[in-house]
Amino acid sequence: MTPELASSISIFVLALLVGFEVISKIPTTLHTPMMSGANSIHGVVLVGALLVGGLADSPVGYVLTFLAAAFASMNVVGGYVVTDRMLGMFRRRPEPPDRTAARAPDAPEDHR
Amino acid sequence: MSAVATTTWLVYLAAAVCFVLGLHLMRSPGTARRGNLLSAGGMAAAVLATVLLLVDDGDAPAVGWHGGWWAAVALVGGIVVGGGYGWYSARRVKMTAMPQLVSLFNAVGGGAATAVALADFLRFASEGTGSGPALAFGVPVALDVLIGSVTFSGSLVAAGKLQGIVRGAPIVFRGARVALVAAAVVATGCAVVTVASGAVWALWVLLVAALVFGVLMVLPIGGADMPVVISLLNAFTGLAVAMAGFVVDNQVMIVAGALVGASGSILTKLMADAMNRSIVSILVGGFGTGDAGPGGAGPGGPGGDGTVRSIDADDVAIQLAYASSVVLVPGYGLAAAQAQHELAALAAVLADHGVRVGYAIHPVAGRMPGHMNVLLAEANVPYEQMLELDAANTELDTCDVALVVGANDVTNPAARRPGTAISGMPILDVDHARSVVVIKRSMGHGYAGIENELYTDEKTGMFFTDAKQGLAALVGAVEQYVS
Repeated sequence: MTPELASSISIFVLALLVGFEVISKIPTTLHTPMMSGANSIHGVVLVGALLVGGLADSPVGYVLTFLAAAFASMNVVGGYVVTDRMLGMFRRRPEPPDRTAARAPDAPEDHR
Repeated sequence: MSAVATTTWLVYLAAAVCFVLGLHLMRSPGTARRGNLLSAGGMAAAVLATVLLLVDDGDAPAVGWHGGWWAAVALVGGIVVGGGYGWYSARRVKMTAMPQLVSLFNAVGGGAATAVALADFLRFASEGTGSGPALAFGVPVALDVLIGSVTFSGSLVAAGKLQGIVRGAPIVFRGARVALVAAAVVATGCAVVTVASGAVWALWVLLVAALVFGVLMVLPIGGADMPVVISLLNAFTGLAVAMAGFVVDNQVMIVAGALVGASGSILTKLMADAMNRSIVSILVGGFGTGDAGPGGAGPGGPGGDGTVRSIDADDVAIQLAYASSVVLVPGYGLAAAQAQHELAALAAVLADHGVRVGYAIHPVAGRMPGHMNVLLAEANVPYEQMLELDAANTELDTCDVALVVGANDVTNPAARRPGTAISGMPILDVDHARSVVVIKRSMGHGYAGIENELYTDEKTGMFFTDAKQGLAALVGAVEQYVS
């Protein structure tokens, strides 16, 4: 096993653990935007499409490059746009009654 | 490392940090949007850094640009076409159609990962080194193509089912089970041959067998199980992308893939628990047809003698107007009737009148995890009013009226007794409310195909009507009583 592979496997396992830790704290209310947001994160495969595109030198390679680039960009662009659109709809009560008034300054971005 | 390679590496690290922090900010609806933007920023930086790496030939011959004009055309063309379509569909999609779109994005993510591994492997094979691939290259290629293709075809079928292009009920034909096993065996065999010998044909056969496997895997799964399937395919896509990261030796892809794999796995587990079904039994399929047996819901549950009490809009309005707290229980039927806005309007009238209002949302109320919350958010329901299962049950224990719209199996008290099709499934304790109103078109069954004992409970009133018209009528009637 090469040192590169060993470090890649460590990174993979640690990232899985970080993922479990961070994601288990997300409330069920946000599970759809979270899944769609995670979806856009795996759009990072666009980086892979660019890397193989840089080495493509046959017609089959060009076709696969096109497919990889098209699929990945659709994934990444669509994913972030639709997640943003969904998150924009989640808002607090319009006029916070007495008990939430104290919390209002924390969230200036909610005054849309 | 050259200066450019070092810079790229640092940008990748920063991007990975942005992804993790972005997900971290999703812990609250107030910061989630910022988190998504941060994640998008990291993504843009990672892509730009990669472009920089390609343009600068530097001293790293393994990366650099060797592709020539056609490869550049393919890349730019792909980005424009794919990005354009992604943008368009993301702007246009209706919130009720969100599960299909997420499923479609799962599919293309898996497809892209497959294409990356295929392209890299074909290039390796064309160099004709004579020997097979190193294990560190061959294994991730085979796994990437396997998982990526299953995700691609499986997610497309799932999206088709959700969209109604493919029949939503489980599709089972003679020999399907045999074909599924055969596809799995062929795919596994070819994966081994690919890794051992580096034969290109084996990888192509693996691709086809895995695509067939994905289709056959999702076809027999019913509509009610879609939240689990989507979550599972989401986890698969993440793993496929991580494998693609191993193939092209790119660590930001490995990190991102692992994060998504973790999120998909957690959701799959949560959804399966919410239905009290094992992931294996869902994949084996057959649920959602009503063929899960008669259900053994004995004649008449506790407190019911099998008769239902029918009430009209005025009766319901009086109950609501004089209640001090009301819990609304929306189910997928509400979304199917496009009645979220009417429900939100009713809640607003009640809240203005000083009634405490909450929405009790079961984890599988929609077609994907958290779907109902998005549908309600679209109808301007403030997120503080959306109650998760435990909070909702606390509220239901003390509330005056529970109003059920379009939810069925998740409110059935029969789940608490052993021996029914839904036994053990966590439910909303709607029957604990002081009185219950159910808006429903008819006495039809839910997905589990069994009688809902809630409907025959003596404190339940059935308001037989279309959800949209019924709620609109209630808004009018309640306004009369409170003004």
